[in-house]
Amino acid sequence: MALEIIELCTNCWACQPLCPSKAIYEAKPHFMIDPDKCNECSGDFEDSQCSSICPIEGAILNADGEPMNPPGSLTNIPLQKLAA
Amino acid sequence: MQLPVINNTASEAPKGGCSAGSCGSTDDQMNHLPEHIRQKVFNHPCYSEEAHHYFARMHVAVAPACNIQCNYCNRKYDCANESRPGVVSELHHPVQAVKKVLAVAATIPQMTVLGIAGPGDPLANPERTFETFRMLSEQAPDIKLCVSTNGLSLPEQVEELSKYNIDHVTITINCVDPDVGAQIYPWIFWKNKRIKGREAAEILIAQQQKGLEMLVAKGILVKVNSVMIPGVNDKHLEEVSKIVKAKGAFLHNVMPLISEAEHGTFYGLTGQRGPTNEELQALQDACEGDMNMMRHCRQCRADAVGLLGEDRGSEFTMDKVEQMEINYPEAMKMRAEVHAAINEELESKRLAKESKVQLVSIQGVQKKEVTRPVLMAVATKGGGVINEHFGHAGEFLIYEASSDGVRFIGHRKTTPYCEGDISCGDGESVLDKTLKVLAGCEAVLCSKVGYEPWGPLEAAGIQPNGEHAMEPIEDAVLKVYEEMRVAGKLEAKQDEQQKVA
Repeated sequence: MALEIIELCTNCWACQPLCPSKAIYEAKPHFMIDPDKCNECSGDFEDSQCSSICPIEGAILNADGEPMNPPGSLTNIPLQKLAA
Repeated sequence: MQLPVINNTASEAPKGGCSAGSCGSTDDQMNHLPEHIRQKVFNHPCYSEEAHHYFARMHVAVAPACNIQCNYCNRKYDCANESRPGVVSELHHPVQAVKKVLAVAATIPQMTVLGIAGPGDPLANPERTFETFRMLSEQAPDIKLCVSTNGLSLPEQVEELSKYNIDHVTITINCVDPDVGAQIYPWIFWKNKRIKGREAAEILIAQQQKGLEMLVAKGILVKVNSVMIPGVNDKHLEEVSKIVKAKGAFLHNVMPLISEAEHGTFYGLTGQRGPTNEELQALQDACEGDMNMMRHCRQCRADAVGLLGEDRGSEFTMDKVEQMEINYPEAMKMRAEVHAAINEELESKRLAKESKVQLVSIQGVQKKEVTRPVLMAVATKGGGVINEHFGHAGEFLIYEASSDGVRFIGHRKTTPYCEGDISCGDGESVLDKTLKVLAGCEAVLCSKVGYEPWGPLEAAGIQPNGEHAMEPIEDAVLKVYEEMRVAGKLEAKQDEQQKVA
């Protein structure tokens, strides 16, 4: 059970210091989560920390490969405007 | 006839640093500041309108993380063509940032201020921000340090801030009402949770206000920035201005919303417009009764370098900085000499102005005739004088002359009429843009105006004027105003024309 950062990441550093498992590390072209260390913050926090501060919709996926923050969920930008 | 410079007719003689009648920040307000505060702002280009003609600033982009989302921001920051807050080309580690600051300070001795302003929130990146400040306070003690924040984690950082001799803090406060805030901030990250809607705005507002109070209690100078968003917080900002002033903020900077669709922000994509020049000025005027207003803000990038109107960031990319050999102790001596020369110039201008004011108060009072106010545009590249060609100006400073004197209103950006071959080919439309930008002005003062734009400017009711090259801006504006008075152009008849514009 681990989260994953994908190429939408803008390398803003917001998540890295928050991870209670020190699973997030700086990498090229973007930050990565060590799947062996990530436990989705269970036991530490109610919500996974990286996906709670990440400003980029779709940049962090859950264990099923679905976005933790789907399009429009953070910015409230209507989907048809996002697509345009 | 000599015209007085606004507010300088007060019985108290102006003294101290910032006094060129044009302070953002009118003269009177600057002159009534306690000496220790005046000492803090007289060479800070963002805090003193006069200083911004002479002194330069830079930002280093060490703080990419943010703990809130604003509807006027998006989080991509790698575009070199956009000039607006939150945008940078290169992100720096603190060690690189310090190298860059020393290189800039040695190359541009007028640079007095280093700010950390993002592209995220500096206080959401406390390790990176404070590491940078710590090294700079040791290696470059002649540089002022300042920081700009959304305020969410400000209360817990005030103690740390005061350790590094940071005596200028800017808080962006767009509202004091959570219902307004809910339309500006979609979420905040707070106590390990993402919080949305009204609750988020409520927490943010409480933290901002608490942070402001704590800074003031520590004697740290606070500037409040507010983004004017028509239909969202435009009416509300007058109240914000009153409240932050009552709590001890030193300066209020109301800035226009930037919301181009291509920036990909919520406001950009949903068609929220920014204010017109006239709307912005009206709000700034309305707040001015209560508060010292800043009108010379250029809304610069989080990695800007140079005088406020310019950005020399491309001269100091990290690969260029790495090639530079900087002996900072040597540079510091040279910087001190340059600063002393500027201070001397400011001081002599201040004395000249003071004697002029005394003269006016003796002979000017009895024959004071009320004439209508006139807006004039000025092209300058710094130094407080008219020294830019019309065709090279990327921005114009707007001054209002009236029977009360001259006051600085703001700046308006444009595309230089004659910038190299590319835009000259398209000269027509570039000039059209400038004519639109100068709407409402009746004269434009430059070191030179070419033959081609002359006619269209005149036709648009904007008198081109190249007769005051290298003269101090306010003196020249007053002279032109006086010429207009003598020519009978200041009767009420042109009122209509002004309104249309």
